[in-house]
Amino acid sequence: MRRHIIRMTAAAGSGHPGGSLSCVEILVALYFHALRHDPANPYWPQRDRFVLSKGHATPAYYAVLAEAGYFPPEELLTFRRLGSRLQGHTVMGCPPGVEMSAGALGMGLSFAVGLALGARLDGAAWRVYCLLSDGDCNEGQTWEAAMAAAHHRLDGLTAIVDYNRIQNDGFSDYAHYRGNDSRGRTGGWVGPDGYTVNIMSLEPFADKWLAFGWHVLECDGHDLRQVTAALDEAKGVRGRPTVIICHTVKGKGVSFMEHNPAFHGKAPTAEQAEQALRELEG
Amino acid sequence: MVQTGRTAATREALGPTLVRLAREGLDIVVVDADLGVSTTAAQFGREFPERFFTMGVAEQNAVGVAAGLAATGKVAFVSSFAVFIPGHCYDQVRMAVAQPNLNVKIAASHGGIVTGEDGASAQSLEDLALMLALPTFRVIVPADVVECAQAIEEAARRYGPFYIRMVRPKVPVIYDESYRFQLGKAHRLREGEDVTIMAIGVMVPAALEAAEILAREGIGCRVLNMASLRPLDEEAIVAAARETGGIVTAEDHSVHGGLGSLVTRVTARECPVPVACVGMETFGTSGRWDELLQHFELTPQRLAAEARRLVERKRGEG
Repeated sequence: MRRHIIRMTAAAGSGHPGGSLSCVEILVALYFHALRHDPANPYWPQRDRFVLSKGHATPAYYAVLAEAGYFPPEELLTFRRLGSRLQGHTVMGCPPGVEMSAGALGMGLSFAVGLALGARLDGAAWRVYCLLSDGDCNEGQTWEAAMAAAHHRLDGLTAIVDYNRIQNDGFSDYAHYRGNDSRGRTGGWVGPDGYTVNIMSLEPFADKWLAFGWHVLECDGHDLRQVTAALDEAKGVRGRPTVIICHTVKGKGVSFMEHNPAFHGKAPTAEQAEQALRELEG
Repeated sequence: MVQTGRTAATREALGPTLVRLAREGLDIVVVDADLGVSTTAAQFGREFPERFFTMGVAEQNAVGVAAGLAATGKVAFVSSFAVFIPGHCYDQVRMAVAQPNLNVKIAASHGGIVTGEDGASAQSLEDLALMLALPTFRVIVPADVVECAQAIEEAARRYGPFYIRMVRPKVPVIYDESYRFQLGKAHRLREGEDVTIMAIGVMVPAALEAAEILAREGIGCRVLNMASLRPLDEEAIVAAARETGGIVTAEDHSVHGGLGSLVTRVTARECPVPVACVGMETFGTSGRWDELLQHFELTPQRLAAEARRLVERKRGEG
């Protein structure tokens, strides 16, 4: 999956490798463990629904959809090209299996709430999953949706946060900032290397979800066993929705991308891609 | 057909129509953002509590939830005031409904300055421009409560996004029950060969009154109700341009991006004739709705004056 991500973004010359590499295990756990789905029949009415809210993580999402059998992996290299079904950010139904359009952050969880309400109204058993980013959780709409999901007691809904704590302009908080020049500062500031530090801290993050009425689980988002166990536990929770806060590493698996804001929305050069692929082979 | 003497707010059509359609078997759900009593959508909630979803004052979420419900096969109505939907959540309308072409119907009340005493913040003068910029949305501005009920039914029975703009105050009812709203068709309310007034919403009765004034001066004024802004009746616009040589557009909305913009785009391409666009060019203010129409010159007298000017110009050139 990670090699797909590197090849796709390098070939396209643009894209979002960092936040794609951080959610690989989450997507693999969903598509190869938790979701009841049929890639040969993407509109099967009883399928579980997965909503990608962090719509820029298309390299990871498309790679997992292709490997799951939704479309031929060869198509991955058309990513972001004119005429391709694989737009830079998701478009509903392109290709079939993509449940919703995304790209403007903060919208996925509301859509997932609507799906879960529809399933309950129909007495259907299918479940809804929604993957959120740090940026998604900056958006007020996500918290409107979080309030609504708990208010309507949507236990068929599971949110997963790819909590890598790095976003477009830099570091969400101080978790991965290496400098020690934060003293006396309030709010965010632009550091010596040009990245913004402490953009918008989500901490205390688990407490926020708890206060909104959710069942909260936390795990290492790169440990497949932990992620699948959390997804399994969420299925058994009654009377409220579950959020799984996955602690992840932006750019996971490529040494020079890990915790590096430079690769949020920038593709690797040919040389960088080569090095990344060498590391991922090894 | 014309001028029944009765008055009603177009929003009064929403709740009863949704209840009737749901009783007839349409799979309607309503997503409410704490204005269902005002928009009358709450009447649906009383009849079908399990299909009425309260989201609180959170329009961005309400639109996203409606999109999700639509994706499960429901006919999803979401109802608020036009300043809030689309005003407060345009990106959600754009990305969660318009782009994926989901079966969501936005029934927005409190369009225009006729919203009245609540003042500028509550008076939506931009909603049509916003909605018309989204290519998958059908956009309807009913002239009265009879047409509004039929437009709601049309929206409910057809797949895809619809925007229906309604108003707060009790305005003249111009149609009786024999009227049939047709999506994509202008309704010719009055014949005339000298000039045409094309109007939407509360400006339709004003246009009819203007035509009366002009008739007394010997000017034959055609009056078209342009309720269906998309799909647009381009044939009726071209015919009016060719046959009457001048058009006045009238809307309780900004002159930018509404009816006037649509009409001039068609005439410029097909049959360039003088077009006078009457609408709002500033923000509104507080006042009784009928006083506000006078204050901002959205009146029969103004429409007649604009029409007269076009006729005089044509005669001068002839």
